[in-house]
Parts: sequence; C-alpha cells; structure tokens
Amino acid sequence: MLAKRIIPCLDVKDGRVVKGTNFEGLRDMADPVEMARFYNASGADELVFYDITASAEGRNLFTDILRRVASDIFIPLTVGGGIRTLEDFDRVLKCGADKVSVNSGAIADPALIAAAAKKYGDQCVVLSMDVKRLDGQFRLFAKGGREDTGIDAMDWAVRGAESGAGEIVLNSIDTDGVKDGFDLEMLDALAARVRVPIVASGGAGNMAHFAELFTHPGIDAGLAASIFHTKQVDIKDLKRYLRGKGVEMRL
Amino acid sequence: MIAIVDYGVGNLFSLQSSLRSLGLETEVTGEAERLRRAERIILPGVGAFGDARAKLDATRLVPVLLEEAEQKPLLGICLGMQLLFDRSFEYGEHPGLGLIPGEVADLREALDSRRWKVPHMGWNRLEIVRDDPLFRESRRGEYVYYVHSFYARRCEDSVLATSEYGGVAVPGVVRRGNVWGAQFHPEKSGEAGLRLLRAFAEL
Repeated sequence: MLAKRIIPCLDVKDGRVVKGTNFEGLRDMADPVEMARFYNASGADELVFYDITASAEGRNLFTDILRRVASDIFIPLTVGGGIRTLEDFDRVLKCGADKVSVNSGAIADPALIAAAAKKYGDQCVVLSMDVKRLDGQFRLFAKGGREDTGIDAMDWAVRGAESGAGEIVLNSIDTDGVKDGFDLEMLDALAARVRVPIVASGGAGNMAHFAELFTHPGIDAGLAASIFHTKQVDIKDLKRYLRGKGVEMRL
Repeated sequence: MIAIVDYGVGNLFSLQSSLRSLGLETEVTGEAERLRRAERIILPGVGAFGDARAKLDATRLVPVLLEEAEQKPLLGICLGMQLLFDRSFEYGEHPGLGLIPGEVADLREALDSRRWKVPHMGWNRLEIVRDDPLFRESRRGEYVYYVHSFYARRCEDSVLATSEYGGVAVPGVVRRGNVWGAQFHPEKSGEAGLRLLRAFAEL
C-alpha cells in the first residue's frame, strides 16, 4: 500500500526561505539547502520549492539552489513559481526537479498543461490551485491568491487532470495561515471530482490536523510550511504519531 | 565506471548525482565503445514505451546492450526495466529487448477497485521475495519511490521483490542472470535507494 506523504514547502525569495501568513507579511527564515538537508534527515517524503522571486538575478539564484539540493538529496523534488512556458519546465527539470507545479501560468495559458504532459509525462505536471469560497462557489484565484479569476475551481481541476496534470495541490486561501486545520470540505469536494493524487495545503497547525486529514481516503499528502520551519511540528515525530494512528507512513 | 545509457529519454541529473554521492564514477554515454568498456551499465527511462524503444533503436545500441548484458551487470530503472521484457502493451504492442521473460501491461486494468489512483505514485513498501546480492545492504520492508502506470507481469520466475498496490503484487525488482530491473526509482528513494545502488556497484 502507498504511504501517505508529508511534504514541507519552501518558498524561496532571493536565495532565502520565506513564509507568510495569508500570503502577506513575509519573514525570512533560513538557507534553503540547509533546510532541505534537515527535512530529508527528518523523513520528509518530498520537498516543494516555490520560487517567489521576480528578478532574473533571483531566478538564477533559485536554479543554483535547486541544483545544489538535487545533487545532495535523493527524494522527489517539486518546483513551482513563475512557470509559464515549456522553457520554464525545461529550465527547472535540468536542475534536478522531478515535478513541476503550474498555477497562474496555466490560467494565463490553459494549453500549457497538455503541452507539458505530452513532452514530459503526466507524472511531471502538478496543477497547483489557490481556492477561496466566494458567492457559494469554490473560486479559483490567480497571482498568489490576489486575483479572482471567476473560474469554478473544481471544474478547473477536472480540466487540468483531463489535460494531463498528474497531481493536484489544493491550497485553501480560507484556511491558509489560520492553523486551524486543513480545509476538509474543500478537499472532499475535489476528491469527488478527480482521480489523480491530491496534496492538501493550507491550515495545518498541529499533528492532530494531519491525523484528521488522512481519515479522508481521497487525500494522498499533506503539505505545510511554517509549522515545520518553526519546528513547531517535527516531521519525524509527526510520522511516528500518524503511524501510531494507523496511517501508512514511511519511517 | 558505470555507464548510464543516453538515448534521449528522461532526466539523468538525479541518477548521476546519486551515484556520484556514493563516490562512484559515472559516464552518461550513447557510444557503443564506452558501453563495452564500462564495468556496469544502467538503462534509465521515463515516458512511453513505444517512443523510448524507437529512440533506443535510433542509437543502434540494442545489439551492444544485448551483448554486454551477457558480460556485466546491467540495471534497468523504471521504463528502463520495462524495456528488458519481451513486449509491452502500452498504446499498442511494442517489442522489448527480450532479456527477461515477461510482458508489460496496463496497471489500471489489474487493480481490484476503481478507487486506486493511476499512476501508482509515491512511497511503497518493498517486500523481498527472493534474496539476492542486490539486497546486500537493504533492510526488510523499506519504502521506495514509484511513479508508473504500466507494470511487469508473467515474469514470476524473475521476481525478486514486490510492492502491493490495489491487490496487485507489483514487481519492484526483477533479475535474470546479469540483468536486473527496478520498477521504482532508486535515485529518488532516499537512503534505501542509495543502498541498492551501492550494492549494484559492488556486484
């Protein structure tokens, strides 16, 4: 049986890991390569790196970091942030990424997912979405959660999976940074619509939140940032705890 | 020297880095002479079987691989493992290298319920069913990282280890003579994968 996955997410800006609350008020945390090593030793099942830099200089710094991580750590690496074209896929895959996560880039160019899946395979393409409840709908937001697209998020996910996205990361803007638990209602709505692996993001505040998450069989992985970065939750402890609760875990 | 066969399929960055981290000399090559001179050969691969087979044919390395597989350890990884079998039914029917008896079929059709997702993606426990020098450094019940939608079947005599998924004992490691195959990615399976690669380098 497949183990459920625990995934720390590292937002990288100008070569440093940062993580905000409700997407605002970023604060500097640590060196991404050191953190990647730490998480690998703690038993993280995968690492996600988001490049939140805008400048070309920052972008080069990011690919350099990625190359250093991939030369040293041998678990799956997912990379996102600023992925808009096949050239962007190529750039990060050559530096050791295994999966590439698209968000606003797929909204701007809906053909991107299909083109990337055809070239690199479904397993390589991750559709990441920022979703918020609005007008009785799960609404898809773009640009880091700042822009309402007017698109129904669940329809968007179905289209993404049909186009070849091999995995979906669902980040609930409603629960992000609140640390009151994952958005189980939103996640269940997604699991009812797609058959690709689902990574839950946004809302993890303690170990019990992960135990609760994995009682929902359609969810494959839990992703979090600040609670891991601040060592509020240790991944090794979390995985032992979850196994104790009967969740299949790689220890 | 471990030669990694370069036939334009997949990303070899992690495979090469993982071998390097073990202090092993590697070379990514598409040249027959270098494969002949290497002590060991790794056949990597991701993507679709038919496309990979066509690309491998285009390199004209197939006769060299068949010859060298008699002389030295060869390890196929993921799609590289699937290529070792007689044939695959991924989008039509395609001939494999015939180094290990068996065939490659759609995992979706073998699963016992629709609730199992395909690709089989993530960490799964590797159960060793037949001991082998390749497991010399492995521990029992280690988790390894899989990403695949097709699987090897009718290869019972060659199966060394399996992982259970949706009621199917998915062949994880196979062997016939000098030829080994791993369906999962040792270069992405953390310490468990590195132990396997180290054992391969010492065969």
